[in-house]
Amino acid sequence: MSVEAREKRQPWILLSPALGAVTMLLLVPLIFIVVYSFWLRSATGPDVVGFHLDNWESTLTDPFYRFILFNTLKIAAITTVICALLGYPAAYFITRSSGNKMLLLLLLMLPFWISYIIRTMSWINILGSSGAVNTFLMSIGLISSPIQMLYNEVTVILGLVHFLLPFMVLNIYVSLDGIDTNLEDAATSLGATRWQSFLQVTLPLSLPGLAAGGLLCFVLGAGTYITPLVLGGPQDAMFANLVFEAIITQLNWPLGSALSMALLLVLGSLVAIYNRFLGMSQLTKGLG
Amino acid sequence: MSSVQLDNIVKRFGAFTAVEKTSLSIPEGAFVTLLGPSGCGKTTTLRMIAGLLDPTEGDIIIGGRRVNDLPIHKRNLGLVFQNYALFPHKTVAENVAFGLRYRNVPKADITRRVQDALDLVQLPDVGARYPKALSGGQQQRIALARAIVIEPDVLLLDEPLSALDANLREDMRVELKRIQARIGVTTVFVTHDQSEALAMSDQIVVMSDGRVEQVGAPQDVYNTPASEFVARFLGASNILGGQCVAHGADGATLEVPVFGKIAVPAAKAPHLQGQGPAKLVIRAEKLFLRDTPPQDGAITVPATVEAVDYQGQSARYFLRAGDTALQAINMIEGRPFDQGAQVHLSIHPHDCAALPG
Repeated sequence: MSVEAREKRQPWILLSPALGAVTMLLLVPLIFIVVYSFWLRSATGPDVVGFHLDNWESTLTDPFYRFILFNTLKIAAITTVICALLGYPAAYFITRSSGNKMLLLLLLMLPFWISYIIRTMSWINILGSSGAVNTFLMSIGLISSPIQMLYNEVTVILGLVHFLLPFMVLNIYVSLDGIDTNLEDAATSLGATRWQSFLQVTLPLSLPGLAAGGLLCFVLGAGTYITPLVLGGPQDAMFANLVFEAIITQLNWPLGSALSMALLLVLGSLVAIYNRFLGMSQLTKGLG
Repeated sequence: MSSVQLDNIVKRFGAFTAVEKTSLSIPEGAFVTLLGPSGCGKTTTLRMIAGLLDPTEGDIIIGGRRVNDLPIHKRNLGLVFQNYALFPHKTVAENVAFGLRYRNVPKADITRRVQDALDLVQLPDVGARYPKALSGGQQQRIALARAIVIEPDVLLLDEPLSALDANLREDMRVELKRIQARIGVTTVFVTHDQSEALAMSDQIVVMSDGRVEQVGAPQDVYNTPASEFVARFLGASNILGGQCVAHGADGATLEVPVFGKIAVPAAKAPHLQGQGPAKLVIRAEKLFLRDTPPQDGAITVPATVEAVDYQGQSARYFLRAGDTALQAINMIEGRPFDQGAQVHLSIHPHDCAALPG
C-alpha cells in the first residue's frame, strides 16, 4: 500500500469507533422511527407493516396537535428570552470576576450532577400546598389555606428556566471571555461611557454566544416532556408529552414515531437556519 | 495638546507595589518614552495616566488640571494598544469615526476628518474594509488614526510596535515619529525595546521595579547611565568594580582591574560623590580590538578572544583579560578576529562613565 493511500485511510480507521457508535445508537434508531411512522397500529393484533400515511396525516392536520405545537414553541420561546435576560448579567459577572472565575463556573456546573428529574421535582417541595412557601405564609398568618401555585404554565416555564439557565450562561460566558478587554478600554478612551461601550462593542461581539445559548435553550426546552409532566397541569402539555402519551400510554408506536419526527423536523429546521447564518462552530465552542 | 505631570504617584495591588512614589513632568508636545523590562511599572503608569487604573496615592495633572477623578471617557486621550484593539465588527472608517461620534461632530465633518486621518497614516483607501482584512502593520496604523482623529490632549502608546515583525517595526518607528512630529501631540510611549526608545524619544524615563532609574535625553541616558541597571539595560556594557582614588572638579580617577587607573571626565561621573568604591562603565562598542597596540593615547591591555558572535557588519567578541571577562562589539574591517586570537584591547578614558560603587 502506498504511503498516500495509508495516509488517506488513517483518519477513517481512527474515526471508526465513533462512527460506529453514532451509526448504531443514533442513525439506525432514527431510521427505525422513520419506518415505524409509516406503519399502522391495529386495535387487536401486531402493528400493520407497510407504507401508510395515516399517522402523518393526523399529525399534520389535527388542530389539537397544531395547538400543542404552537404552545410548545411559545413556552420554549418565553423560556429562552428569560434565560437570556437572566443569563447575560451572570455570564458578564463571571467573565469580569478575577480570581474565582473557576469556582463560579464550577458552581454553574454543579446542578448538572443532580438528576434533572430530581431538580424539577424539588419545586414541588418549594411551591406545593405543603411546600416551603405555603408553610411560611401560613405560619406568619398571611394566608389561612395553601395557595395553588403549581401545575400551570408559569411553573412549567420556571422549571425550564431552572433546567436551561446554565446552558445559556455557559454559551454567553464563552463568547464574552473571548472578547479582548482592551476593546472596551479603547472605546472608553475614545469618549464612550462604560454603558455606551458595552452597547457598541461588547454586546454585538457576544451575540454569537447569545444566539448559541438561545438555540440550545429553545431546542432543549421545546423537546422536554419531564417538566410539563411534573410541574404542569393537563392544559400545559407540550409536544413531547404527546409522543410520550402515544408511545408509553397508548402503545401506539407508529403515531408516536410520526409525532416525534414532526417535532424533529421543526426543531431541525431551526438548527439549520441557525447554521446557515451563524455556523455550528459557535455551538460546539459553548459545549467544550 | 497638554503637558502631563505625575506628582508622587503610587500604585499598589494588594501587598504588591507596582509603582513606587514617582514624579514625572512631561512638557507639552514632547515624545517621552517609559522604558524598562516587563513588570517595571511602565504600563501601570501609562494606564494611570489613561484613567484605566486609579493611583493609590498622588496626583495626575494633565494640562494643569488634576484628573484623578475624571473618568477615562472625559479625559480626551488617544490610546494605542499593542494588540491594536480595533473593533472587529466595525469597518476601518467606523473604527476611526468612533471617537468623533461622542464629540458632537457633524456628519459631514466626520467623513472628512476620518479621511484626513487615514491619509495621515498613508492608508487612504481602506475605509470600507474590516480590520481583519488588513496586515498587522496596517491595523496598527488604523489604531493610530483612530487615536489621533479625536485630537487628543495626550497620545498614549502601549508597546504599539511590539507585535510587528522586525523590518516592519523599524518602518513604523519612523512613521510614528513623523506623524507625532507633524501633529505635535504630547506623547507617552511605553516600550521594553531600547532601540525604539533611543530612536524615537525626546526624553527617556528608565524604570525598574516600580521606580524611575533615570530621566534624560537618549544620548544622556545612553552615555551617562545613572545606575548599573541603566548601564546594563541600554546596550551591552562592561561594568568593572573598583575604587575612586581621586575626585575633583575636572573628573574622577578610578582604579579598576585590567585597565588600572582611568581618569573619567566630570561630565561622565555626575553621580559620583567622592572617593571610595566605584564602578566603571565601558560600552561594548567602545572597547576596541587591535592586532597591534594603537598609538593614540588609548589605554591598551592584552586579551584573548574566547568566543565570536558574527553579526555581518559587526561582531561581538567575548574576551578574557586576566581574570576578567569582557565583551566588545566592533565593526569588522577585513575579517573578524578568530576564536583564541591574542589581541590588544584599547579604551579611551573619555568613553568611560563612572558610577558610585
